[in-house]
Amino acid sequence: MTRAADQVGAPAEPRAPTRRVPVPLAVDRLIDDRRLRIIVCCGSGGVGKTTIAAAIGLRAAERGRHVVVLTVDPAKRLAQSMGLTSLDNTPRLVAGVGAGTNGQAGSMHAMMLDMKRTFDEIVEAHADPDRAAQILANPFYQSLSSSFAGTQEYMAMEKLGQLRRADEWDLIVVDTPPSRSALDFLDAPQRLGRFLDGRLLRLLAAPARLGGRTGFRVLNAGFGMVTGAITKIIGSQLLRDVQTFVSAMDTMFGGFRERAEYTYRLLRAPGTAFLVIAAPEQDALREASYFVERLERDGMPLGGLILNRVHRSPAARLSAARSLAAAESLQGPGEADSADLAIAALRLHAERMNQAAAERRLARRFTAAHPLVPVAQVPAQPEDVHDLDGLRQIGRAFGGDQQGGNEGIGR
Amino acid sequence: MTAPRRPADSLVTVSVRDTDWEGVRLHVVTGKGGTGKTTVAAALALALASNGRPVLLMEVEGRQGIAQLFDVPPLPYEERRVAVAPADDGRPGGDVFALAVDPQSALIEYLEMFYNLRSAGRALTRLGVLDFATTIAPGLADVLLTGKAAEAVRRRADGRPVYGAVVMDAPPTGRISRFLNVSAEISGLARAGPIRGHAETVRSVIRSPQTAVHFVTLLEEMPVQETIDGITELREVSGGGIQAGGIFVNMVRAGWSPGAMPVLDGPERDAQALAVALKAAGLGEDPELAADLAAELHDEARTRRAQQEQRRRLEAAGQPCYELPLIPDEIDLAALYKLAEAMREQGAA
Repeated sequence: MTRAADQVGAPAEPRAPTRRVPVPLAVDRLIDDRRLRIIVCCGSGGVGKTTIAAAIGLRAAERGRHVVVLTVDPAKRLAQSMGLTSLDNTPRLVAGVGAGTNGQAGSMHAMMLDMKRTFDEIVEAHADPDRAAQILANPFYQSLSSSFAGTQEYMAMEKLGQLRRADEWDLIVVDTPPSRSALDFLDAPQRLGRFLDGRLLRLLAAPARLGGRTGFRVLNAGFGMVTGAITKIIGSQLLRDVQTFVSAMDTMFGGFRERAEYTYRLLRAPGTAFLVIAAPEQDALREASYFVERLERDGMPLGGLILNRVHRSPAARLSAARSLAAAESLQGPGEADSADLAIAALRLHAERMNQAAAERRLARRFTAAHPLVPVAQVPAQPEDVHDLDGLRQIGRAFGGDQQGGNEGIGR
Repeated sequence: MTAPRRPADSLVTVSVRDTDWEGVRLHVVTGKGGTGKTTVAAALALALASNGRPVLLMEVEGRQGIAQLFDVPPLPYEERRVAVAPADDGRPGGDVFALAVDPQSALIEYLEMFYNLRSAGRALTRLGVLDFATTIAPGLADVLLTGKAAEAVRRRADGRPVYGAVVMDAPPTGRISRFLNVSAEISGLARAGPIRGHAETVRSVIRSPQTAVHFVTLLEEMPVQETIDGITELREVSGGGIQAGGIFVNMVRAGWSPGAMPVLDGPERDAQALAVALKAAGLGEDPELAADLAAELHDEARTRRAQQEQRRRLEAAGQPCYELPLIPDEIDLAALYKLAEAMREQGAA
């Protein structure tokens, strides 16, 4: 059962019986629940995940939680607004976090993930100094830790696990890496874990050791062909690097998959909620759908969907058609100067209404496919967010109390 | 700096129109996630095919984004016709073919082509060896993917290139330099052997005037910053060897001409003026509506100022910029034609 399904006990009153209206998502209800310890923000690239994660962290801190926000690749000015100047893998206290809407004061830390540093730390923690130095200097390790597909996701998961074990914060908000697919965040760590612990890696790296054992003799000729082919494809130098790496890492194998699985279990535990972030665009919503289906299949706790950058008009009572007709009636000779202003305003309004209608159509398609997923909408901001006030405004939009929500959506 | 204009290659069908990328036959399209990279790549393929020659549209990230865009079943590792470009000046448009490339299939094909290793390739796949090799060798997967593009560019039949142009829906901006520069990286890894030779060929195509890397962006801070960083990085990583192409500013809202915005006074005074005009337009006495519309105008003005700033930053990057209109609804073939038309009007293809 997903969290989404649990919340359907009190569904929103449908506005029109023919239309699917999503259950409203109130993020405040999530962050006010002290049992909730981890919020994972996921979604495809370019939808504003980092900003939403920061806004959730700030909102939770100002509602009394002690929060740490783990970001992966924040925009420079957004990072600066949280006091982050460099990638240093250390949670920093964010200044300027105040007492919040419910009078309770918490605190907010933020950090930027340094994936190579995180990987190095695992090595240093699990190998003696000599061996660690040997691993860190290995060319294969260096490319693995800085550019391997999936390393960033694995290290984000690893860091999440570390922060959770440290138990210094009562809420961890994670911004997931900008993957090509939102699902990578779930799959990549286990893929890397499997790869590092994989039999093939070990067999290929140390075929000599296995040669003497019963059962492996027959395979020897086959392995000869395999290593031959691999050498042909990747070159003997790299294969040697891999072999050195594997023998140096020997004691750590097994650990990688275990660690990935530990964090995966953490994500399925009741103290976690996933929030899927999307923009009201075709691709982003398709990606969100995949993610929601995947979470349901894996029994992971889905908090809901945050639809970011939604265009709304404060004057929605004036339809696009009437607005255009009015603009047309003002055109013509002998009109006052103020007519130009009104024509521009009315045309702009029609354009916004049309855009809003198109976005609603896309959102409705999502809700038709996933009627039980609660949805919060965050209006498009006229400028990029790069200070705490900007984050607060976003927080008001998804927080859920009616006043705040309308304020965010209105002017 | 403007884009270098190259004399039309004798191999290229001479176009009646002059475009900014004469002589370029491999168009690499990159962009930050969420900017519509795949859509722009597809529209560019259509725009290029309008010149009458077939165009190959490739994707390399296993997302099947092209199939979704053209509403066809998932693409196999096989070039399939997905669309026909519109006719241009009475000349029939060329076909657009699509191909989804994955490193393993490209490696098998490569082994087959050069070593007659068909059955061995299958056995290696079954054992997970190819997956393993493309996973552990940094850059191997990339060289196989770019290698496929280079092969399509160089492929000839009846004495001329099979494709007039190849458009690649490439990895995002953050990874593009490494993706295109791996030929160098892998040459260092495999000091001898087949992949090395392959890498050299790929390298010579990518670092020739036949290749240009286009960037897709929105008029927002993050994607613009990534575009600028991406262009700089491309120049640095390749030592100027890889040609940066155009900047495609995507999802630009209609009616954006700079003159279309009226001079604003202040929200309150504008609201008063609007109230009078709205009454004249038959919308009745509604000061609240006037205030809301004034707020909308001022909001818009702020957005435009912010976007204007991003435009200035993009122009300073020194590459030709093309603006593509926002398609508010689902992107279908008609929408792709519209975007292709906008590209041709601006000389991008």
